[in-house]
Amino acid sequence: MCGIAGVIHRDGTADIGAELTAMLQSMKHRGPDSTGYAVYGPADDLVVIRFVLAEPNKSTGFGMEERLERNRAEVESRLAKIGAEVATVSSDTGYAFRATIRYGGDLKALADYLEDVPGCEVLSLGSSLEIIKDLGDAETVSGQYKLGSFRGTHGIGHVRMATESEVDLASAHPYWAYPFADVAVVHNGQLTNYHQWRRRLEQHGHRFQSECDSEIIAVYLAEYMAQGLSLETAMKHSLDDLDGVFTYVCVTGNELGIAKDEMAAKPLVLFESDPLVAVATEEVAIRAVVKREVETRDPYEREVLVWQV
Amino acid sequence: MPGSGSRSGVSYDARGLVEPHAEMPDNIEVDGHRGRFDAADLTIRQINMALRKLIYNDGVTDVTVLNPSSKHSLAVGILKRCRIHFEGSPGWFACGLIDGPEVTINGRVGWSVAENMMSGVVTIERSAGSLTGAAIRGGDLIVKGDVGARTGIDQKGGTIIVTGDVGINTGFMMQRGRQIICGNAGMNLGDSMYDGAIYVGGKVRSLGVDCVPGEWTDADTELIERKFRIHGLGDPPELQKFVCGKQLHNYDALEPSERKLVIH
Repeated sequence: MCGIAGVIHRDGTADIGAELTAMLQSMKHRGPDSTGYAVYGPADDLVVIRFVLAEPNKSTGFGMEERLERNRAEVESRLAKIGAEVATVSSDTGYAFRATIRYGGDLKALADYLEDVPGCEVLSLGSSLEIIKDLGDAETVSGQYKLGSFRGTHGIGHVRMATESEVDLASAHPYWAYPFADVAVVHNGQLTNYHQWRRRLEQHGHRFQSECDSEIIAVYLAEYMAQGLSLETAMKHSLDDLDGVFTYVCVTGNELGIAKDEMAAKPLVLFESDPLVAVATEEVAIRAVVKREVETRDPYEREVLVWQV
Repeated sequence: MPGSGSRSGVSYDARGLVEPHAEMPDNIEVDGHRGRFDAADLTIRQINMALRKLIYNDGVTDVTVLNPSSKHSLAVGILKRCRIHFEGSPGWFACGLIDGPEVTINGRVGWSVAENMMSGVVTIERSAGSLTGAAIRGGDLIVKGDVGARTGIDQKGGTIIVTGDVGINTGFMMQRGRQIICGNAGMNLGDSMYDGAIYVGGKVRSLGVDCVPGEWTDADTELIERKFRIHGLGDPPELQKFVCGKQLHNYDALEPSERKLVIH
């Protein structure tokens, strides 16, 4: 059991960090183990990289501080070697970092090169996407990464109750669609043809950061979009290609889309107004950002909806 | 000793999810047989404590709950005849396991409203989520809007009326009772149903296994017109009736070993 949420403002930027935190905290009962965000700030000519150098529960101990510092320096060195000009590097935790770079090369080569550094995992890459995830509930993670002041146009979030894998960052959502810029997914459900699709996508040259079925969806959609399909069309294809029970939310640089499988077994409720669209596993999360009685509805089976910024 | 001294009796809560203790709210107003309180700033446990105090201890028969704010599990297990009015939208599992109350909700509800209701009436003025009226045994459940998937799954009695559309697997494994769907129905209507009747006013996307069109009788007309009259729903639309084809399950009450002896 997990909780997912998403907001998209169609009339400019808003405090999406605070909004998603309120939504996710109201669904803490669905997953207190880890919380994740994929948020979109204003795009500029810099590439934003979010990466970690250690799992949070393995980031302390003998010599760890020196090792993290050494590996951070190695990441910066590799960025310079691959031709990226580093603008900023910052960290709120000591193990999770945010860097902005000027870089016009291949993102896959960049991500692969960085992840060759011991312990390094690239959480997101893009001109406006930032994926932040850590252990604990939404208020804990938001406080740790100062998300209360994050402004942007749209974003998604996830609270996870660990049932089949470790309580760690690798299993925490959202997932970036490596190696495609600015695409991320949160998902509630199970894919039963996970291994089939993982093999297929690996044969196409993709690699996965986790054993989680949700990551398949992100890469699956991004690969279709890279071939020129719209997000909506790619999501409609996914309803035929992916088996299992699922509801997922996918975001790109300027879109947010939802899809529900043909059994409609996983919950999602939707609020839509001219300036704001909010989706969440439970209505209580929507009420966390829209503080009044509103008309909401549950999308039906095989329903795909996409909104643009 | 873990949990010793805990007023909630919860001995292990590593994830911090349990509401350990709740004080009775101090904003309850009682006027004769009527009571009301604002639930906006109350926890789920506080709301249910207040409801139970009013209904069971104070002799109140007519309770209004303001601003339920989509909180879950409200008015569950009320086993007494009374009236409860929600001014707003409760969340999931509202009015589950009730036996007797007449509940009106002027907002929408989340998943599993009135699950396992034994008797009473629940009227929802707007839409409802999935699993609406799951496993109800009796009573009337009216939704004046659209409903999600699996409406009346495992229904064992009572009547569900939906003025809008319903989603996939409505009436799945229904065993008794009636569903009156004025709008469209999603895929697999009445899949694997044992008994009961489903009436649909709109289009049916597909019938489930062993769900077949049924023969209309005067009793159907009488029942539907009476239910619509009682609940002020106006004239019923033209409806199609669907029932169990009785080809799927074992209806002769014989054990498989006995069937071998009797049926050749």
